[in-house]
Amino acid sequence: MADWFADNGLLLGLALLDGISSAALIFMVAVGLTLVFGVMRILNVAHGSLYAIGAYTAASAGIFAASLGLPAWASLPAIVLSAALVGAVTGPLIETLLLRRIYDKDPVLQLLVTFALFMILEDVQKLIWGVQPMQNDTATRLLGTIDVPFGADVIPFNAYQLLLLPGVALTVLVGLTLFLRRTLTGRVIIAVTEDREAATAIGIDSTRVFLLTFTFGAALAALGGALSSPTASVVPGVGASTIVLSFAVVATAGLGRIEGAAIAALMIGLGRSIAVYFAPEFEVVVPYIIMVAVLLVRPQGLFGVAVTRRV
Amino acid sequence: MSRPGGKQEALLALAGAAALVAIAFGAPWLKFVLTIALAKGLAVLGILLLLRAGQVSFGHALYVAFAAYVVAFLAPLVPEALVLLPLAALGAALLGLVIGLFVSRYREIFFGMMNLALSMVFYSLLEKFYHFTRGTDGIRVQPPRVAGMALTRDGYEWALFGIALGLCLVAGWLARIYLASPMGQALSAIKTRETRLEFMGISARAALLFAYVASAFLAGCAGAIIAMTTRHVTPLLGYWTASGELVFIAVLGGAGAVLGPFLGAIAFELVRVYAAATLADSWQLILGSVLLGVILFASRGLWGVIEALLRRGRRA
Amino acid sequence: MIDSDFSRRGLLLGAGFGGVFLPDALRNAVQAQGTRPTEIKLGITTFLSGPASVFGVPGKQAAEMLIEEINAAGGIGGVPLRAIFVDEGPGLDHLVGEFRRLVQNEQVDVMLASISSGSCLACTPLAEELKKVTLLWDCGTQRIFEEHSYQYAFRTQANATPEILAPLLYLLKTKPNFRTVAVVNQDYAWGRDSWEIWRTAQAALKPDARVVAELFPRFGSTDFSTEITRLLALRPDVILSASWGGDLDTFIRQANERRLFERSTFVMPLAESSLERVGRSLPAGHIIGARGDHWHMHPRPRDKAHLTRFVENYRRRYNAYPIYPVFHMAQALSALQAGYAKALAAKGGAWPNQVELAAAFPGLEYDTPTSRMTIRADGQGLEQQLIGTSKRVDTHDFAVLDNMVIFPAEMVTTPAGKISTDWLKTLKPDILADMPAPIPYA
Repeated sequence: MADWFADNGLLLGLALLDGISSAALIFMVAVGLTLVFGVMRILNVAHGSLYAIGAYTAASAGIFAASLGLPAWASLPAIVLSAALVGAVTGPLIETLLLRRIYDKDPVLQLLVTFALFMILEDVQKLIWGVQPMQNDTATRLLGTIDVPFGADVIPFNAYQLLLLPGVALTVLVGLTLFLRRTLTGRVIIAVTEDREAATAIGIDSTRVFLLTFTFGAALAALGGALSSPTASVVPGVGASTIVLSFAVVATAGLGRIEGAAIAALMIGLGRSIAVYFAPEFEVVVPYIIMVAVLLVRPQGLFGVAVTRRV
Repeated sequence: MSRPGGKQEALLALAGAAALVAIAFGAPWLKFVLTIALAKGLAVLGILLLLRAGQVSFGHALYVAFAAYVVAFLAPLVPEALVLLPLAALGAALLGLVIGLFVSRYREIFFGMMNLALSMVFYSLLEKFYHFTRGTDGIRVQPPRVAGMALTRDGYEWALFGIALGLCLVAGWLARIYLASPMGQALSAIKTRETRLEFMGISARAALLFAYVASAFLAGCAGAIIAMTTRHVTPLLGYWTASGELVFIAVLGGAGAVLGPFLGAIAFELVRVYAAATLADSWQLILGSVLLGVILFASRGLWGVIEALLRRGRRA
Repeated sequence: MIDSDFSRRGLLLGAGFGGVFLPDALRNAVQAQGTRPTEIKLGITTFLSGPASVFGVPGKQAAEMLIEEINAAGGIGGVPLRAIFVDEGPGLDHLVGEFRRLVQNEQVDVMLASISSGSCLACTPLAEELKKVTLLWDCGTQRIFEEHSYQYAFRTQANATPEILAPLLYLLKTKPNFRTVAVVNQDYAWGRDSWEIWRTAQAALKPDARVVAELFPRFGSTDFSTEITRLLALRPDVILSASWGGDLDTFIRQANERRLFERSTFVMPLAESSLERVGRSLPAGHIIGARGDHWHMHPRPRDKAHLTRFVENYRRRYNAYPIYPVFHMAQALSALQAGYAKALAAKGGAWPNQVELAAAFPGLEYDTPTSRMTIRADGQGLEQQLIGTSKRVDTHDFAVLDNMVIFPAEMVTTPAGKISTDWLKTLKPDILADMPAPIPYA
């Protein structure tokens, strides 16, 4: 019995490490969606497509950089630059051409516009990048592995996944929170999040806020994808599976709650990795079980505030 | 507001039905596509009931898939379409009642997400219980008898097409009555001023629950027909994109009248077939663009377009 | 293109005024008189969207290339081929509808069905009802001909049983002393089926080996870190993964980065299709399969010039080495040519109808880019299985195969009329004695 515990205690430790790194990626996937949803009240189904496009762009950029003979470290800024590029191009394009025309329409229509966009972008990805899995692992190889002791054994972990991903996720979390609380633009965004009518009434230009937010959200989606590209192959269909996961995170977190998204991502990441060790059959349903469980106890999500019902 | 009256809608429905029969007669392969479209129209009619209450379910494919699997499992035991169909639909309604008791507390995005989550759990279970469900390979459905008769392939296809068409007419008519009744009117109140509804002594939750169970029943009918028509069920019937498709069709057809879902479903399936025939590897692009066009330029859906034409016709 | 315009217009007419087409019976009557049609229409179902398009699109490309070549050489019996492609991606209700459209409206002459086993399981009975000759060109499930018999459906390649049994036999021969096994398969029918086959055969052939982990990550997973950590801690002697596509690529890369390949021997029955993409991430010493006997550097092809021409033509056109679905498509089209030739000969040169064409396939022999295959009386193709060990060489920046064993089809294929899982249980370890000698990489 004591032996069993000793063994599983160690395993639990490993599960924790895996859980944190996978939570980091889940957070990066969901944070942009959370932000956009919080401010604009649009559940952007095309978020998954932006994620995929970010991943494809970063992989292409990495391969291109390598073909130019640039040093391996160049693949790291390439990731960030690709994400910024995707955000800067697609964000304003989608917001001004599509979303702006439907802000006054039924939320269902807004959602379906992004659903239509998702379908279109699925094929656009295929037209641009084909169907063969793409990947560029320069960054992972550059950072190498870290040996974590496990009893008498050692378990090598990717430094990229173990340190860099959680580091970036934490930076984004702290940076975004500070930006929203401390800067004028951030406060304006929060004001719009809390009460759109009141914000407009006191002269806040919500058009500009929406454009900014959506572009930022698109860049974050692309960053999530770009960060995944060194460890995972990008294939057609990755957008569809990504978006359901981010939906689960956003609903668990509570509408537009960045810190909620971080905690939800942590719960899902840890839940999944613990499941792989102790009940692998449940790994797939973990995000949904967590979401249902949280919403049962807190119908507005972890950090959601109960909205008074319309009279 | 001048809206087409009941009589006009009924006439349109009958004319549409006659047109469908004519098409099915002329192009046998389209009979299959139309049967599927009509079945989906039934499920979308359920989505429309919920839309009236301002609620969007992103998980109604759950009930379609559930009923389809009920048919797949029961078909060897009770090989009779007229028994399988109601059994599967009632099964779906029962499941809808259990889930509805719990999701009817939620509104808007949370309502949508709860449905999405539950449908994804069900989807995963279909894949997980591999030895029972055959996972993604799916289960083959042997053609059941119809009213005690073992039919030829063509006869069977006609029978199912007829059942689907008949069900659509009846369901559309009942839905119209329901939406005009106080229970149905309460749905629109949930969308606009839910609290006032409760001041009036009507439980918003009960009103929504009723609509939810009805929508599960309709989705169940759809699933049973789809299972008996394609005669092979797979978990993909319950994937979130299938749920999204139902909402997509609702908007395409227009949520303004009970004819909308059927109009939408038929247009959707035909566009998909056309898109697949012209550009097999870019059908999503075409379908997405069509939806985008409808939302941006005809946000009341195909029904909205027809309504406008009718009004112009009457004025002329 | 005139052709596609025509079919589009046909569809329009079909939707609008249907019934203007010749009914099937009339058309068959015309054919029964032996008149040569102006073209042979092929309906080909394949994945053009979603993760499985990594196989579906190369399959489609192969078909386009080969049909062009066949037509340039005069078509089949002087009649050119034309292919109509259908996407399996949107799901079965759509696919089954499209199947009907191709048969009933486009009036295709032969269907080539499906990558997904689910699609094949749904389409085969339909083909039988519609009385349309259907070649199953890629799907893996062994259930098709074991659970039913069909008059119109034939498989022009092997099935899951030989494709999984062969790598197991190879493992038993090359690493006979393994004690523990773990599996990491995609969580869907193929992943489950292939594990069932492996486990059943392993229990019969090496009962003392223990299964220490059964991991079925979500289909389309992009991260296997947790699975890899667990396997690093468990240190199983053997890790089986019948995964494919992006999932397998990611798994191989992550396993390599974290040195899992140093701790366990991998058996990857589908890795041939990932070799070029994963490049240097796949180290030497692991067992690779190809779902058949195909590899672009096959050591003993039937006709070396033919294989070289095939590989070079494909590379020139699509800038990649052909992978197994490309070979599978070649097999199906070769079987189609041989089938028509046989049916035409049987009828003294008159054009065969569907029944006569179908009758040509049982016992049919046809050439593939690497060997010569036979279709058994029950419709199942008998295909050799090539298994090898990965090796690093200077001439290629991806792993090549070494110590290749080409298993004869009869040795690893379930005999006709038997159910795979029952047959596998009857296997005895002395089957290894019949294994051909390995061929080194040259």
